[in-house]
Amino acid sequence: MRLSASNLTVERGGRTVISKLSFALSDAECLAVTGPNGAGKSTLLGALAGFLPRLGTVTLSPASQETISQQVHYVGHAEGLKAPLTVGENLEFLAALLDAGLGGLPVAEALAKLGLGHAVHLPVAYLSAGQKRRVALARLLVTKRHIWLLDEPLAALDASSQVLVRQIMAGHLSQGGLIVAATHAGLGLQEQELRLGQAA
Amino acid sequence: MTIISASPKNPLAALFLRDIRMGRRIGGGTSLGIVFFLILVTLSAFAIGPDLKILGKIAPAILWISGLLASLLGLDRLFQADHDDGSLDLLLTSRTPLELIVLVKCLAHWMLTGLPLAVAAPFFGLMLNLPISELLSVTLTLLAGTPALTLTGAVGAALTVSVRRGGLLLAVLILPLCVPSLIFGVAAAGASESSAVAFAPPFLILCALTLVAAVVAPVAAAAALRHTSM
Repeated sequence: MRLSASNLTVERGGRTVISKLSFALSDAECLAVTGPNGAGKSTLLGALAGFLPRLGTVTLSPASQETISQQVHYVGHAEGLKAPLTVGENLEFLAALLDAGLGGLPVAEALAKLGLGHAVHLPVAYLSAGQKRRVALARLLVTKRHIWLLDEPLAALDASSQVLVRQIMAGHLSQGGLIVAATHAGLGLQEQELRLGQAA
Repeated sequence: MTIISASPKNPLAALFLRDIRMGRRIGGGTSLGIVFFLILVTLSAFAIGPDLKILGKIAPAILWISGLLASLLGLDRLFQADHDDGSLDLLLTSRTPLELIVLVKCLAHWMLTGLPLAVAAPFFGLMLNLPISELLSVTLTLLAGTPALTLTGAVGAALTVSVRRGGLLLAVLILPLCVPSLIFGVAAAGASESSAVAFAPPFLILCALTLVAAVVAPVAAAAALRHTSM
């Protein structure tokens, strides 16, 4: 599978944040989007996921009936978790919502891979920022999708969790997956770098 | 473990279960709606005075207006909660059509707000000297009519999803759209053997309004959500 963008332009609030950006990414490749705060890293991910109106083209080849939104895992700033529900309930819901039929891991196993095996029955409200982040990343494992769009996947994580998440990302790449990640610190994978310009 | 293994695999069933669970676990939504309903009914009774004849005559209208206002409670959070915590982005990346997602969210919201109002209405009707014969018709009209209010409200909720304190704007947007349901709901609720209007014609129109809302509102709300996400 190949994800390519050409002449991608995204405006937010009347201001052009991304202007005429082109790149292409193939199977088993990782793109690290870097740049200063406000450079448009999150905006780029949102535009790729199809949440933001965009000019230019974003194409997936081979073409498919499904939209790009339906083929990506998007992990944004907001975790998308419901505080009153337990970790297990949240992930079971997300697995069902994002189609679990494609061979994702069981919830308990996915959590164990992120070092959260003990937290299945805890309400998300009781978790720390880093733990919430890991639960959000666990949904990458409970359902399989080919393209991962990750916004600061390593933020708020302690050193050992960063290692776990890197392993999971490397595992996805080795299975032929694509990753586009916004990052400040670098991912420590063999990634290409896309540097966005200065904040306007 | 039993709770988790009981989770449905169907995306819409899982969404419905999640919203019902959330509503029950956060608490307050249902009981607060009924208390607000009770307060509105009581205030109207105080304002109109102790003339039982007048009260009995306008009781269906009071119950309907109070039900309409009470069903607005919490509607502004229908999509905003999902927008704030990022769940809305995930709903957009689902393979399930957003229209169906909206419909299921409305159903869950109605079960938590509209249904309890309809069930409580006959008891509050007794306070207003509503004739016994009309208790059932008020309940039936609210059962048939409140889904339309929730569905219409969903369009407003979708439009105001990124507006802080959008609750008032939501009310201003959707209350005028609720007028048809109000007219036919009150007409059917107030119908009795002695009155000129029969129960069936306005009631059937009320049902039709709800069915139309069930078709149109999810499409409109989904379109609004797609354009205002993030």
